[in-house]
Amino acid sequence: MLLTLCIAIPALTSLLVLLVPRTSPGLVRVLALAGSLVTFLVSLSVLSIFKVGEASFQMIEKVPWVPSIGADWHLGVDGISLFLIVLTTLLTVLCILASWHSIQDRVHEYHFFFMLLEAGMIGVFAALDLFVFYVMWEVMLVPMFFLIGVWGGQRRLYATIKFFLFTMAGSVLMLAGVLYLYFHTIDPETQRNTFNLLHVTAQSSYSIGTQTWLFLAFGLAFAIKVPLFPLHTWLPDAHTEAPTAGSVILAGVLLKMGTYGFLRFCLPIFPEATLEFVPWVSWLSIIGITYGAMVAMVQKDMKKLVAYSSVAHLGFVMIGMFALNQQGLAGSLLQQINHGISTGALFLLVGVVYERRHTRLIADYGGIAKVMPVYAALFMIVALSSIGLPITNGFVGEFLILVGTFASNTLYGVIATSGVILAAVYLLWMYQRVFYGKLIHEANQKLKDITLFEATPIVVLIVLALWIGIYPDPLLVRMEPSLQLVLEKFQQVQLSQLQGVLH
Amino acid sequence: MRDFLGVLPELAVVLTALLAILVDIAAREKNPSASQGVTAVGLTVAAALALSLPTSNGMLMSDQLFSDGFSAWFRALFCVVGVITAIFSPLYLRHRNIRLGEYYSLLAMSVFGMMVMSSSANLLLFFVGLETMSISLYVLVSLRRDDATSVEGGLKYLVLGAFSSAFLLYGMALIFGGIGSLDYAVIGEYLRQSHGVGPMTLTGIGLLLVGFAFKVSAVPFHFWSPDVYEGAPTTITAFMSTGAKAAAFVGLIRVFGVALAETSEHWTFALAVISVLTMTLGNVVAIRQTSVKRMLAYSSIAHAGYMLVAVIAGSREAYAAAGFYLVGYAFMNLGAFGVLMLINQRGKGDYSFESLRGMGTVHPLLGLTMTVFMLSLIGIPPTAGFFGKLYVFSAAIKQGYLWLVIIGLLNSAVGAYYYLKVISTMFMSKAEGEVQFGQPVAYKAALAISSLLIIILGMFPEQLVTAMLKAVP
Repeated sequence: MLLTLCIAIPALTSLLVLLVPRTSPGLVRVLALAGSLVTFLVSLSVLSIFKVGEASFQMIEKVPWVPSIGADWHLGVDGISLFLIVLTTLLTVLCILASWHSIQDRVHEYHFFFMLLEAGMIGVFAALDLFVFYVMWEVMLVPMFFLIGVWGGQRRLYATIKFFLFTMAGSVLMLAGVLYLYFHTIDPETQRNTFNLLHVTAQSSYSIGTQTWLFLAFGLAFAIKVPLFPLHTWLPDAHTEAPTAGSVILAGVLLKMGTYGFLRFCLPIFPEATLEFVPWVSWLSIIGITYGAMVAMVQKDMKKLVAYSSVAHLGFVMIGMFALNQQGLAGSLLQQINHGISTGALFLLVGVVYERRHTRLIADYGGIAKVMPVYAALFMIVALSSIGLPITNGFVGEFLILVGTFASNTLYGVIATSGVILAAVYLLWMYQRVFYGKLIHEANQKLKDITLFEATPIVVLIVLALWIGIYPDPLLVRMEPSLQLVLEKFQQVQLSQLQGVLH
Repeated sequence: MRDFLGVLPELAVVLTALLAILVDIAAREKNPSASQGVTAVGLTVAAALALSLPTSNGMLMSDQLFSDGFSAWFRALFCVVGVITAIFSPLYLRHRNIRLGEYYSLLAMSVFGMMVMSSSANLLLFFVGLETMSISLYVLVSLRRDDATSVEGGLKYLVLGAFSSAFLLYGMALIFGGIGSLDYAVIGEYLRQSHGVGPMTLTGIGLLLVGFAFKVSAVPFHFWSPDVYEGAPTTITAFMSTGAKAAAFVGLIRVFGVALAETSEHWTFALAVISVLTMTLGNVVAIRQTSVKRMLAYSSIAHAGYMLVAVIAGSREAYAAAGFYLVGYAFMNLGAFGVLMLINQRGKGDYSFESLRGMGTVHPLLGLTMTVFMLSLIGIPPTAGFFGKLYVFSAAIKQGYLWLVIIGLLNSAVGAYYYLKVISTMFMSKAEGEVQFGQPVAYKAALAISSLLIIILGMFPEQLVTAMLKAVP
């Protein structure tokens, strides 16, 4: 029941919001906050009853949905989806807080879409039925389309349509893949075709040719979401134009759907094709890491800089995953969470000065550490965690990823490591230009420091970042058994290939 | 007696058509909306009758009419489409100063024609139904006599409609020559018995295919439809693009999917090529339109392409899927035109995207309903449009048409662009000045029910899916 609640509460809240009279936007905010808080608490209880050390899915719920085609309302969590769900519910609460003052226009619709978005995102992570997964994957698109398109910046229309069409183009091919899997999977109980992910994974034994096509059909949809170079061009536009909370969710959760998709579908269902694609994905990730970092360096707009840094960070996530060893996978999954925390916090921080000055150009600032000391301090900690300084979360994730990458391919490891240095360059350089030096601009003289209300979400994220940086064990022990299960697939494949060579 | 009971819905519709014109003559001065009321009530009764009569999967009228679930569902659907069109009509007719008593009567008559098309078991009877529908539509399309585009549309429809009817008729004659019967069952039986098809029958089948392609506005026989759809009164455009199209598709399924199923090797590939051309051209040209009405006309061509995929797949599931799709499509397209007509009331007199500007901001509920229709046309879950597409495409994959499905899916992604443009113009650009719509309650209710139905069908498709599977001929 808990997982269904996690989807039902935000969905119901979104409907309730529409019933609130037009004249009381305050009530809408309270309602959305309450709904998202309750969802967060429910997800915490999922976390607390999650059995450590178990690799398979837990808290499984299954109810027939469209029995005639064999689709069930089928949910469950394992070590891979657990923290992504909690991250989603937490970020939603923080986003509602961050929108409290900044969203004054069409408050009802805004919160309606935001809560709908949360329901869809949790649905994607919790789905154990391909039909549910696909429905949720598409459902999420619509609120995001509106959030960017209605509450976004100057070029919001262009950005939102680009975002929608890119994602849509990827997901239609995925639908063909989903249907193909459906027709090749039989439910042992009913002897009919099924969308059940557990059966799909267990019964998958496709020829390498078929696997390649299926990998491409699914992988394209995921790669666009990640976004893997060269499919990333929608991301800087969408990120820059979205309202602050939209950017936070986009970076924090939506991008993770792509990487999650690779982990959940491509790796376990098409292991042989995955092995074939390792060099391709690795090189594209490496290009993403260096290219993203270098483009970030020359950005004049802070938000754009953070957006391009996401391209680089997600490159790390992908290269760690395709190292296909324990450290790489664990680092990749951990870094997905970390990126949500650190980049989410960065977007929140950029939003704070944007609210005050309505500009995000680095050149419009300079020396503001003098007038905003607390803000400067918070920004520093978040930036360092994004760079991956030891004792922050980023360090643990990147360290594991690099260990894994070196173990699988030294060349990839060497190039990827240089990306770490680039990350330090662009973030610290921006920090220096924004916070240090002389206060040149008149308008910056009277900038108010960050308020307690604005600081709260950021402090929460910083605490998490430090906690993961110092003591990541509670996360790792929950993730590792499920990741081990994915890895065993490859060991089997490699073993059988080896046997094939020997015979 | 059984025969009489079976055609009760048709009788009700004919009676409605007669009453509508009588009531208009009698009460035109006192109550101008009387004939509208009669039509709405009469067609509602007919729909209820069609659904409540027992369907025995038998035959009626000395084997001339099918009495199966498929005909029950579609007869009801045509009546409902007629009712919604009738509800939409007065606002539009008043706006355009069209005062014609025969309007509702003709509407009911064309519904009657559609009903005959969907349940006929004989090519000749099918043709009679088709002509009954078409002749009523020829008049309705050219109703705006003071408007050149309407007259042009009417003339085009008449000429090309007659042209395609001739194709159909010639094809039927050749099939009669080759097989010796026009009865679906006899044709089917003959083809099963004999091995191979004679050249005369084959030519007949080819001509039938051309005729049907004209009627469902499939490429390359689609030329008439954008102009006719644009020229016709918008209520009639909505009516044609849903009702007439569905009737033609049911006919297509019955003739090609059942009677001529044995010869499928001869026409499946041709139909597949037509389907690919239809969806691609419909979508690509729709993108370039500046008029929403014309955009919907081209998108309607694209949707015909998706539905053809079901005919090509040719399994029971595929036909059930086509049935589901047609039901969902009827509501989303009617709804989209319904909202469009309201916006047009703003007096600009055009259907450009510009006239949609800021509509969603000023009228959030109306904007929301339009959004539901557009999302369903794209095929985003949880809407009927999504499930319809999923169901059609999955049936096609099961029959081995993966390549066709991939082309169809890519096309849906292309189509998303112009539907999104409607949503983004409504919500993401500023309105110019205050907008007021005088909408009668029935009008609002029709829109609200359509959009709710689309979501319900998208979330809980099971009922309709199983009903359609049971109903498939």
